Amino acid sequence: MARIAGVDLPKNKRSEIGLTYIYGIGRATSKKILEKAGIDVNKKIGDLTDDEVSKIRNIIQAEYKTEGAMRSEMQMNIKRLMDIGSYRGLRHRKGLPVRGQRTRTNSRTRKGKRKTVAGKKKVLAKK
Amino acid sequence: MSRSIKKGPYIDPKLQQKVEALNKSNRKQVIKTWCRSSTIAPDFVGHTFAVHNGNKFIPVYIQESMVGHKLGEFAPTRIFRAHPGLKTETTTTPSE
Repeated sequence: MARIAGVDLPKNKRSEIGLTYIYGIGRATSKKILEKAGIDVNKKIGDLTDDEVSKIRNIIQAEYKTEGAMRSEMQMNIKRLMDIGSYRGLRHRKGLPVRGQRTRTNSRTRKGKRKTVAGKKKVLAKK
Repeated sequence: MSRSIKKGPYIDPKLQQKVEALNKSNRKQVIKTWCRSSTIAPDFVGHTFAVHNGNKFIPVYIQESMVGHKLGEFAPTRIFRAHPGLKTETTTTPSE
């Protein structure tokens, strides 16, 4: 079991995929790291030697922001947008889509579960 | 290199002239502007712009962290108060 940047990596995955379990590392970064360490991307995480694991660990520590540091950086970026009162910051504050998507329908990821508003129908029933 | 980097930031030339004049004479004055699409340049910092939102001018004081954004981002064009449905719901439920 390899443990890098505070995350347990899955044994039976290819190292290229396995590294993406670390927050802040995707496929592209993962490939770059492995290339630099001189490890085959198809080698399973479980088959890596301790030497190779420490090589990867050193590269990540030296060159990439991961996990906590990455998360806090993202939070800082959002906070900056909110603090300067920009349109994107306002959208973040309201929990609505930030990049100009439609909100008449969809955008449920940002808005959360549907909140049904009854009220109009009541008026019709009275008539 | 993306195309937008090659083209460089758009800063309204007239607006830039006005800011330069203010900087030279060391004065601070609210500048009325319609140039919502103009990027905020580093030498705009510390000035106040009255940015048009289609209805009236919204005063925007430029801080350092705003550099690189557009003026229009700080003058919202739409006001959303509340949905009419939500309002009636909150008013009718206590009376019922």
